[in-house]
Amino acid sequence: MEYEPVIGLEVHVELNTRSKVFCSCSTNFHAKPNTNVCPICLGMPGVLPVMNRAVVDAAIMVGLALNCTVSKWSKMDRKNYFYPDLPKNYQISQYDLPLCSGGHLEVAVDGRLHRVGITRVHLEEDTARNVHTIGGGDSGIDFNRSTIPLLEIVSEPDIHSAHEAFSYLTALKQILQYLKVSDCNMEEGSLRAEANISIRPAGSDKLGVKTEVKNVASFSGTFKAIEYEIVRQTRALDAGEKIVQETRGWDAGRAITFSQRTKESAHDYRYFPEPDLVPIAVDDAWIDRIQSLMPELPRARFLRFQEQYGLSPYDAGVLTSTIGMANYFEETVDAGAPPKQAANWIMGDFQALLTERKIGIEDCNASPRKLADMIGLIDNGTISGKIAKELLPEMAETGLAPKALIDQKGLVQISDESALLDAVKQVIGANPGPVADYRGGKKQAFGFLVGQVMKATKGKANPKLVNEILQRELKS
Amino acid sequence: MTMPKKLNALTAHEIRDALRAGTVTATEIAEAYFRRIAEVDPKVLAYVDVWRDYGLAQAAKVDEIVRRGDEPGPLAGVPIGLKDVLCTRQGYTTCCSKILKGYRSPFDATVVERLETAGSVFLGKLNMDEFAMGSSTENSSVQVTRNPWNLKCVPGGSSGGSAAAVAADECVISLGSDTGGSIRQPAALCGCVGMKPTYGRVSRYGLVAFASSLDQIGPFTKDVEDLAVALNVICGRDCHDSTSAGLPVPDFTKSLRQDVADITIGLPKEYYTDALNAEMREKIEGAVAVLQKLGAKVVEVSLPHTGYAIACYYIICTAEASANLARFDGVRYGYRSPISGDVHDMYSNTKTEGFGPEVKRRIMLGTYVLSSGYYDAYYLKAQKVRSLIRRDFLDAFEKCDVILAPTSPTAAFEIGEKTADPLEMYLSDIYTISVNLATIPGMSMPCGLTKRGLPAGLQIMSKPFNEETMLRVAYTYEKNRGFEMGQPPIGAQAR
Repeated sequence: MEYEPVIGLEVHVELNTRSKVFCSCSTNFHAKPNTNVCPICLGMPGVLPVMNRAVVDAAIMVGLALNCTVSKWSKMDRKNYFYPDLPKNYQISQYDLPLCSGGHLEVAVDGRLHRVGITRVHLEEDTARNVHTIGGGDSGIDFNRSTIPLLEIVSEPDIHSAHEAFSYLTALKQILQYLKVSDCNMEEGSLRAEANISIRPAGSDKLGVKTEVKNVASFSGTFKAIEYEIVRQTRALDAGEKIVQETRGWDAGRAITFSQRTKESAHDYRYFPEPDLVPIAVDDAWIDRIQSLMPELPRARFLRFQEQYGLSPYDAGVLTSTIGMANYFEETVDAGAPPKQAANWIMGDFQALLTERKIGIEDCNASPRKLADMIGLIDNGTISGKIAKELLPEMAETGLAPKALIDQKGLVQISDESALLDAVKQVIGANPGPVADYRGGKKQAFGFLVGQVMKATKGKANPKLVNEILQRELKS
Repeated sequence: MTMPKKLNALTAHEIRDALRAGTVTATEIAEAYFRRIAEVDPKVLAYVDVWRDYGLAQAAKVDEIVRRGDEPGPLAGVPIGLKDVLCTRQGYTTCCSKILKGYRSPFDATVVERLETAGSVFLGKLNMDEFAMGSSTENSSVQVTRNPWNLKCVPGGSSGGSAAAVAADECVISLGSDTGGSIRQPAALCGCVGMKPTYGRVSRYGLVAFASSLDQIGPFTKDVEDLAVALNVICGRDCHDSTSAGLPVPDFTKSLRQDVADITIGLPKEYYTDALNAEMREKIEGAVAVLQKLGAKVVEVSLPHTGYAIACYYIICTAEASANLARFDGVRYGYRSPISGDVHDMYSNTKTEGFGPEVKRRIMLGTYVLSSGYYDAYYLKAQKVRSLIRRDFLDAFEKCDVILAPTSPTAAFEIGEKTADPLEMYLSDIYTISVNLATIPGMSMPCGLTKRGLPAGLQIMSKPFNEETMLRVAYTYEKNRGFEMGQPPIGAQAR
């Protein structure tokens, strides 16, 4: 039978606020185990949580970016379950009144826009980390991660393929990076995605029984896990079996999902309002303040880049893929570079350089101003494109301005006619064969001769002038 | 050597004046109290931990400040005992539970810090019902505190140690906590003054939580003036407690005036029924008459939802407790069962062995009322009833300034008398729990002795954040009640 997959995604995002959500400990959990801890995030007797305002700020910003309604009045709740990595044995989360709800995200899939509803964005605290590698058969707990702020972003079941899920996650991550609210590092767990997957006969409006796939460490893993589940569920239904509502893990090595917990053994979390925290009251002024801090979002910038700079959708897409690259591009243009050339350089040599040297765009010595200057020097004939390609790594290495590097290395383009004429005459004299070939009608010999002139001038000759002089001399 | 008898009878405000006058040193006072503890506590059993070295060091610091001529603080040299539910760096913080035996807190509760800054001398930690769950202090895993007025009787609870220590002159002021009457009921049963301030008046940071939306710290004192002095020190906003109120804290000693001419006293008709013990009723009516004679008006008021208060209370407090006590799991601190094969066994055995029967009963009740399918019928309904109870009080305070009521339906009962029937024990909180549900302030003060020679307690309630009116009424009554409470027999022996 033909089935339609129905997928909803729950994404947990660790926020990169300086301090934890309910205490003043640092959120840096790379520190030595149990060093960024205090009585509050250790859940010692007698402690009380106090909401970090910066966390609410970040949550509101994410909510606004996802077109959600920010609740004027929301509250925290206790989610009760026992686990050694949860020091209070309840997690402070949000149950029936999330901070943000009812939004959507426009996701480009195969060149068309697909709208995915956002059910809710809510705040909660992260758990500690159980460590089973301390030896002696013992397990340890690292509480550095305990009480780091988390956002849970829940989508509507508006996703119908692994491909759409992947696009949604990519778009969401891009927005979170634009907002600078999270490191979005999946390997370190600062971004975690869980997929709820069911299938139903195509055309049916009744939802099938869903499974929830957890513990996937990458977007491509999520993609594969969803594809796997769709096939598994399809085969099961076709074979007349029933889908069991359950939580399934993802085994990346074997590329399969496996049953972890069925609904019968599911927790009763016994949610109730957290009495230690006052409700979160958000007024218009607060929302306005966050709105004023909001950067231009990827989709808007993508459209504006095409409109304002005449870029192709492909170029605009690449240049807006990260906020760092988009900012770099615009600063280069603002410093006087023609947009198309700036785009080519940034997407080409410059990106390659960053990849090769493994440096972030913000950390590169070759600033937008310097790149714009370099492009200017090509345009006014001071250097050739070839020289510029050599210049760029030097700029990144030394941080020097292109003009200074050119002077230092004597890289100025030779545009002096008499100097080039000498070089051309020498090449004609030294290469009678190719010269005869050219004069006999073999036009391709011309390129060889140009190359010889460039070689003789160590690449510094103005290629346009070389062409002119060589043609003139060969005619005579 | 100064006279220890006299030193033990002093109030905080008398100590402050004597220190400034130079007639006594903080060290002499502290020594007198530690002697008193050594003498009577083997009978009273109020203290679970005595901090002799620490207290004497604090006293020496106060004496040094006085010698230099500096201001030593509003509670300078005042010997204070702390309920074992308050976190202290010094000594142990066990909530009188086996599960926290030997536990040392890495921090001081905000109130403890404030008392220390004010120059207090800490004598030690006081006995209580395990995790503040109980009305007789019989649920302590350590010992059963005796009522100084009759050693066969309970001191009340859960802050029984705090009340008995003040009554037996084993400290001048003590701190307790009150979730459903745990300050006011023992204050009544031991014949001292005790207040549960408005929810939010005093920071709960460092109070080991029983029921977070009901818990409040408050003082036990020998008279109303000391109560005002203590409130001045412990009240106020704390950035570590989001539920602490940002309202300004008045100087409570300004309320110590004998003036009730403008006061209207409300008497809830639901409280004065046949269920109230006749002798208790007579004492309360006597107190009302004293105030009436001084010009206070008396009106009948109604608190129509009173009948639902106990049921509502035991749903909300157990629900919150079931979560608050979940952290005692043997993983990080406190007791861990030696039979801990896997993590599930460790949890289960640690809690089974570490908690006493009343605590287990409440955790189970609380877990049940929050369970899926029961939440709406119990917890949600109880929250709605709670709003109605609060509304009752706010409506009543439209017609009166304070409400006068008994604190406890009876005077102190005998040890073992009610332990067999938890429900009967719960009923001893009938007049106090509504105050916590309504988040309003309430206090208890002595209003005479029963024929058996046991103290009767008068409860005064007022509008939220209006402890001042309550203090004024209490002070006026205290100065005009026309009898001396005298000393409990255990105290008299020592004087």
